[in-house]
Amino acid sequence: MITQLTATEINTALRAKKVSVKEVTEAFLKRIENFDEEYGAYLALCPERALAEAEAAQAKIDAGDSGPLVGVPIAHKDNISTQGVETTCASKILQGYVPPYDATVVENCREAGMVLLGKTNLDEFAMGTSGENSALRLTRNPWDTDRVPGGSSAGSAAAVSAELACLATGSDTGGSIRMPASLTGLVGFKPTYGRVSRYGLVAFGSSLDQIGPFAKTVEDCSLFAEAMSGYDRKDSTSLQGSKISSADLKTGSLKGKKIALPRELFTDAIDPGVRESVEIAIDVLTREGVDFHEITLPSINYGVTTYYIIAPAEASSNLAKFDGVRFGSRVESTGHVEGFAATRGKLFGPEVKLRIMVGTYALSAGYYDAYYHRAQQVRGLMAAEFEQAFQEYDCILSPASPVTAFKIGEMVDDPMKLKLLDLCTIPANMGGFPSLSLPSSLAGDLPVGILLTGPVMGDEKLLQTAYNIDRALGRDYRRPPIL
Amino acid sequence: MADYVVSVGMEVHAELLTQSKMFCRCKVAFGGMPNTRVCPVCIGLPGTLPVPNRAAVEMVLKTALALNCTIAIDSVFHRKNYFYPDLPKGYQVSQYGDTNPIGYDGYLEIPTPEGGTKKIKIRRVHLEEDTGKLMHLPGGGSGVDYNRAGVPLMEIVTEFPPDIESPDDAREYLVQLRSLLVYLGVTDGKMAEGSVRCEPNISIREKGSTQYGTKTELKNLNSFRAVQLGVAFEAKRQAEVLESGGTVRQETRGWNEATESSFLMRTKESEQDYRYFPCPDLIPMHFSEEQIERVRSTIPELPLAKLQRYRADYALSDYDAGLLVADRDWAMFFEEALELGGEAKAICNWMNGDFAKMLNESGQGAMAGGKSHPERKTSLVRPEHLVDLAKLVSDATINGKMAKEIFAEVFDTGKMPSQIVEEKGLRQVTDTGAIASAVAEVLASNGSQVEAYRGGKESLIGFFVGQVMKKTQGRANPQLVQDELKKQLSGD
Ligand SMILES: [Zn+2]
Repeated sequence: MITQLTATEINTALRAKKVSVKEVTEAFLKRIENFDEEYGAYLALCPERALAEAEAAQAKIDAGDSGPLVGVPIAHKDNISTQGVETTCASKILQGYVPPYDATVVENCREAGMVLLGKTNLDEFAMGTSGENSALRLTRNPWDTDRVPGGSSAGSAAAVSAELACLATGSDTGGSIRMPASLTGLVGFKPTYGRVSRYGLVAFGSSLDQIGPFAKTVEDCSLFAEAMSGYDRKDSTSLQGSKISSADLKTGSLKGKKIALPRELFTDAIDPGVRESVEIAIDVLTREGVDFHEITLPSINYGVTTYYIIAPAEASSNLAKFDGVRFGSRVESTGHVEGFAATRGKLFGPEVKLRIMVGTYALSAGYYDAYYHRAQQVRGLMAAEFEQAFQEYDCILSPASPVTAFKIGEMVDDPMKLKLLDLCTIPANMGGFPSLSLPSSLAGDLPVGILLTGPVMGDEKLLQTAYNIDRALGRDYRRPPIL
Repeated sequence: MADYVVSVGMEVHAELLTQSKMFCRCKVAFGGMPNTRVCPVCIGLPGTLPVPNRAAVEMVLKTALALNCTIAIDSVFHRKNYFYPDLPKGYQVSQYGDTNPIGYDGYLEIPTPEGGTKKIKIRRVHLEEDTGKLMHLPGGGSGVDYNRAGVPLMEIVTEFPPDIESPDDAREYLVQLRSLLVYLGVTDGKMAEGSVRCEPNISIREKGSTQYGTKTELKNLNSFRAVQLGVAFEAKRQAEVLESGGTVRQETRGWNEATESSFLMRTKESEQDYRYFPCPDLIPMHFSEEQIERVRSTIPELPLAKLQRYRADYALSDYDAGLLVADRDWAMFFEEALELGGEAKAICNWMNGDFAKMLNESGQGAMAGGKSHPERKTSLVRPEHLVDLAKLVSDATINGKMAKEIFAEVFDTGKMPSQIVEEKGLRQVTDTGAIASAVAEVLASNGSQVEAYRGGKESLIGFFVGQVMKKTQGRANPQLVQDELKKQLSGD
């Protein structure tokens, strides 16, 4: 079945004229129609746009376009603006909002000939670890529909994993791509901050947010990252020369590679099954000639605390624009201020309100120095500690998540425990480092992710290492037991 | 009543004269239909990001340098968070902190009535974005016009403790500051349209006391006069409050132009917490030595320096020089005329006299730097016209009265004055023989007045001059006529 193929395989089939883009697109739309009820990956579909883009992609192929992702059906996370397609951030406050413009990544993907199927579910405003905070829909893990897919890019992970899209974008503020990639057995990549334009991504924590790909293979992941990346003058934090290249992906070797294992991410906080899976991989790689070193990065222990000051602080300001005046939904009231309060009070979900309150507190005059300012200092130390490690090591390896996918509702009463699950992924956002989750062996029947983190602008090398590790682990993409 | 002194802090906002808004490419203009100059960025649609306008940044840098400020090494933009419908993002991008604004610790010199100058210390010159405008709709309810949202706004704040200590100081500070900003080409300076907005905070204290009083902030002042009257009114009002045993409350008051009095807008019970923090969407601005020097080199001679030079080099009065330098284009016109060989005092008199009056009456504007007036119909009068006219007067080709008439024609037609003189044969009669015979004729036909004059009624000299001028169709040189009259009247 065409929907089981990787992006590279689909593109090859398209160019060999074994199948048309329209047929591929319709196959995915059909699967979504039949099975998304089960997984809850999508919030909105755009079949007309998809078929129009399919036609444009077919024309490219017919004209001999050699783009590696032409004609590949994809999905965008629903916090990425799409012209003419409702963009809700899975929040009631944005229901009915149809952006008049495309995000830069959306433009870049279309230009690369990809076909947009629809928009995927997420934790409301990308705030969540499990994917359970959507105000609009529940997304399930294709490996076990009683379990969470991981958040916040829950729908994107579920869509690719359940073969309801070939590729999907996510956004990662503290692990929102890598956590669900780990829990659904996908490759999830957060590029260096500034390599993918944030223009059009509804901001959560602006200094941490980065858009990146979900894919089944490292090759697809690299090609997708290449297509979406590049300098964008509309984003002042965009980096010059930021286009990610896949040219050298399949070169290089693991022999003599120096990889650091931070002790702080191999503690009892990590589930035994996860540790075992990661340690098996380390054994295999050691035999392949990788030079592993245990190191200590003490600042990791402050990551979650620091993150839960900085991200909410920025969010409290970023989410101030949702006042019901210019777009989205609103609750009528007597005066301006009353109207703002009514709209925000009724239409934001509880986790969003919690973070807005925490952030407002952290930025307020009497507490700014003790919280926000201090958190920024810790963030600086953390980044410096990692940069120091990158002087000596090619990358850092750890589990991507301390746990495998857990039962839906299992952690709702323990929000702190849930937040601590971001322990492994947060440092990359703090320092703007590229970081990737790669499937390792299963723990029980559930996927485990290995996290690789490299230095700023080291995206290509990191992807190359991931490619070689994947080959060394000797496994093809493992499908979940899906419908 | 106790003797009080007033202290005034000035917060001036100037809309910068950029083509486009601060963080998007929407056009900057005045008026027009609501929400016609907006885009996803300036109405704050989700996902949009700001891209700073470099021209605006350089305008603030230029102003900061002209105001003798220290330039920040790394200057960042902050978010000032508060809720209001005219604020699209729920925060205003601004600049916070003592040493973070693009310029800080500067001063502006203003002239004093005694002919000296006084330094007004400037605390900060920073860049921010304007808000939209909340409008109450005629049919009820309210709407927001975001045309102004995101227009680059420069804020200039004076230092505390304040150097401004009178309503006259306050006015003069604003006159000089506005003039400087217009000279720098960073704003059009139109106070009535809100391009330059001034919000003084005013306090009084007993003379000799070092304890500053509670401040009130005054808004809606849209002319120099309003600033002067407003400060004076507030000082007096506060003095009356204190004298009647009350206390001055910290509040924001509005200025009512019609009644020339202030009214309570809102009390400031508690300081609002704006939760300033560095805007994560923007990277810090760094100014290199090269950039600073390049921008500094574009600063023209500033109004006060010009005024002092005109006074010293051309012996112009403070008043005359002040009128010339008040407007940069006007001063340029003057300087062009001098370059063409015009005599300063004469050119100045023409400019500040008939020319200014006629421009005013006709609603025209003078050209400057060879360019037509940017907004109004450009006057046909060019510097060379005034040079020519002044020369015709100084070499006695025409007299003053004729010159006024010729100027009126120049103003209407743009013809050179000497050409008009030639065409109309208006050359002044300086032939003493012709004047002597005209005088003799007048005296002969006005015997009784001659007698009266000789009897001591010397004021009749004016009458005789008038008669002679009439006889010569106004072309006789008045000085020669007087001389001849006196000679003939005393000679017999
Ligand atoms: Zn705009």
